Amino acid sequence: MRDRGSEGRNSATIVLGGEAGQGIQTIEFILARVLKRSGYHIFSTKEYMSRIRGGTNTITIRVSDRPVAALAHRVDLLVPLHRSVLEHVGDRMREDTLILGDAGVLDAGPRTVHAPLSEIAREAGGKIYENTAAVGILAGALDADRQVLADYVREYFARKKPEVIEHNEAAALAGHAWGLALRGEGKVPFSIPRNPEVRGNLLISGAEAVGLGAIAGGCNFVSSYPMSPSTAVLTFLAAHDESFGIVAEQAEDEIAAVNMAVGAWYSGARAMATTSGGGFALMEEGISLAGMLETPLVIHLAQRPGPATGLPTRTEQGDLELALYAGHGEFPRVVYAPGSTRECFLLTARAFDVADRCQVPVFILTDQYTMDTYYDIPGLDLEAVPFRKHIVKSPADYLRYRITENGISPRAVPGFGDGLVTADSDEHDEAGHITEDMGVRVAMVDKRLRKAASLDAEALGPVFAGPEDYSILLAGWGSTHHVISEALELSGRTDTACLHFPQVYPFPSRARRYLEQAQKVVVVENNATGQFARLLNLHGGREADELILRYDGLAFTVEELTEAIGALEGED
Amino acid sequence: MGRNRFDMGGIDIAWCPGCGNFNILETVKETLHAMGLAPEEVVLVSGIGQAAKTPHYLKTHFFNGLHGRALPVATAIKASNPALTVIAESGDGDMYGEGGNHFIHAIRRNPDITNIIHNNMVYGLTKGQASPTSRPGFVTPVQVHGVFEEPFNPLAVALAMNGTFVARAYSEDREQTASVIRRAIEHRGYALVDVLQPCVSFNRVNTRKWYRENSYYLDGSHDTGDRVEAFRVATAPGPFPLGVLYESGGRKTFEENLPAYAGDARPLYQREPDRQRLAALIATRT
Repeated sequence: MRDRGSEGRNSATIVLGGEAGQGIQTIEFILARVLKRSGYHIFSTKEYMSRIRGGTNTITIRVSDRPVAALAHRVDLLVPLHRSVLEHVGDRMREDTLILGDAGVLDAGPRTVHAPLSEIAREAGGKIYENTAAVGILAGALDADRQVLADYVREYFARKKPEVIEHNEAAALAGHAWGLALRGEGKVPFSIPRNPEVRGNLLISGAEAVGLGAIAGGCNFVSSYPMSPSTAVLTFLAAHDESFGIVAEQAEDEIAAVNMAVGAWYSGARAMATTSGGGFALMEEGISLAGMLETPLVIHLAQRPGPATGLPTRTEQGDLELALYAGHGEFPRVVYAPGSTRECFLLTARAFDVADRCQVPVFILTDQYTMDTYYDIPGLDLEAVPFRKHIVKSPADYLRYRITENGISPRAVPGFGDGLVTADSDEHDEAGHITEDMGVRVAMVDKRLRKAASLDAEALGPVFAGPEDYSILLAGWGSTHHVISEALELSGRTDTACLHFPQVYPFPSRARRYLEQAQKVVVVENNATGQFARLLNLHGGREADELILRYDGLAFTVEELTEAIGALEGED
Repeated sequence: MGRNRFDMGGIDIAWCPGCGNFNILETVKETLHAMGLAPEEVVLVSGIGQAAKTPHYLKTHFFNGLHGRALPVATAIKASNPALTVIAESGDGDMYGEGGNHFIHAIRRNPDITNIIHNNMVYGLTKGQASPTSRPGFVTPVQVHGVFEEPFNPLAVALAMNGTFVARAYSEDREQTASVIRRAIEHRGYALVDVLQPCVSFNRVNTRKWYRENSYYLDGSHDTGDRVEAFRVATAPGPFPLGVLYESGGRKTFEENLPAYAGDARPLYQREPDRQRLAALIATRT
């Protein structure tokens, strides 16, 4: 078992903590890139309070000689910028955890080393350079490349005045020298081999991956109302509105946002709304509208703990059933649950294609943890997401809701062709006009529901890992993918495999054989009631034997899952 | 002038005989036809209610969506294809009640759309409850002691939001209404036309006779470029002013403000993602 003991380890977990506004994000941003460019695999995520200033926020960075993509509990190196951090991360500390901090913040202790942050900053030009000094100290302690550090600090501050760039570089390099010396004294309890192949890897957060996937899918309209943790996707697309021709509109409320998205699709745009819990609840009638109008629609729902305002900046997988059943009436839909950066990208791009082709609402279900997490990946495959258009030029006798065998009526848009494009939220005939003819009603319901067959046929299968002759199967969906697979590996169990579902609805029929083989199915979910376990029972025909749940607002850690998996009773 | 291009022919119309909606429908059709527009160039967007059924009775593209949500839809349709002539047409309950927030924010955005509101001061489809514009004292099965709330004043609200075209018409004066609606469609930017109309089934107070006695036309002396004067006229006690209260051409439209059209005039349906640029963007994330 690797990564669990403290001797000779070739991976480490660093935690940066401080009050909101103290700049831990800047430290993390620079440090993560310097470490990765030096040749370390890295993983980074954050947990933070719903406030602008004060409170206690932390960022966890894992550094390793092999790919890491899940949250670790233990802390090997803690950098508290505020006293409150020590208590906040108390249960994550170990006997050999190294605590690095300014004498002004930390009392002396056996595990504490006073880092001369303020002194280095003062010499470099002033207190403002303390955070850069911290980056340098950590880079040195982790044996990051000195030149890489100098180059990246210059790149990061490139738009500042020349003397500001100089001072930052000086602070970083002085910190690096101090960190290296600390290392030389044997006070840093880990040593991680560098891998030159990692240097060119990408660092893309879940939020960015969803945004990039949207662009790849042809998204050219986003209408949303800011709400944590979904806002990052809106800001990403807004930042690229000019270069990619995207209409990015902050709507007055989520009701306007979803209605704009439906109107934009009707008019020929490829539109998305990005939202979270309560905002999505407001969109429900609009989801039903898309179902009735057979307008494509892409909804990115970044989950956070509810009910109501809940824990606004925390994570949960609590809105699966909300997405499954959102909107009155009966109509087909698709729900994706990406479990990695790559899946965030691929599934978001795919969402636009499936929505457009099958004229249904498609959901991308992520969560705060996914939005705020990144780790290095070799690349994103654009070839895997071909762009296709699905609209037709309308003939003069065009019927928007023509009854077809597969239920999909050729979709035209106003202004392209000689026909008229209609859309009615009432039940309607083939021409799109309001009707109360019960025969037409039944024909239209059947037509809409027939689209489900196409969606079933192309449902994405689950991702399997582990021994072929397993008797215990761990099932999960969305953001738990990597933490389950790493924990399973660390558990050393040979009787257990894991199954990740990137698509939860329509339920992929290919998953059934995996479920049938298992003598015990254990569902792992970031919620209190096992929503996916219910879906598995309803659509997969298999009741879960055990549930591993977490619902305190934080993501699963590798250690807790390793322990839980290790404790499972065998079936042989 | 031959047959109106927007005429549907023999159709079953769900309105009560004598409803003010008929005149508004005919006036809109005549205006669109007279302006030389083709049905393929026009999108009519509505919400829910009796007035919201209008799109089913004239030949154009249409989007008959949810209650109160016509304006976000119309704004997005125009933003996705600025070449289209977009009209959001619905009733007072739909636009001022259920959709009140969208009304305010559509005016702020200033999309180049025309907003026609059938204002009969009562809910028709749900059978006679008060609307946001019902007058104090109006008794209904719900407001059994009479309405006491201040009636919504769409003209004053639009002027307060610096709406670029603010007008009111009366359904029974087809010629005057046609002239106002034409100016509204020709206006570049958001244009509000609040059309007073009788409801013969549920509003026995605000009748044709009542409207004649309680409204007046602004004459040539009214300066449509004077926003303060327009606000005075809109808020003055007494009879309702009819005609164009205010018109201003200075503000950019919503579509004109969108960077998506800065270097590319094509409607969004003609576009494809720039994959080379996307690959380059991805490559920066090192």
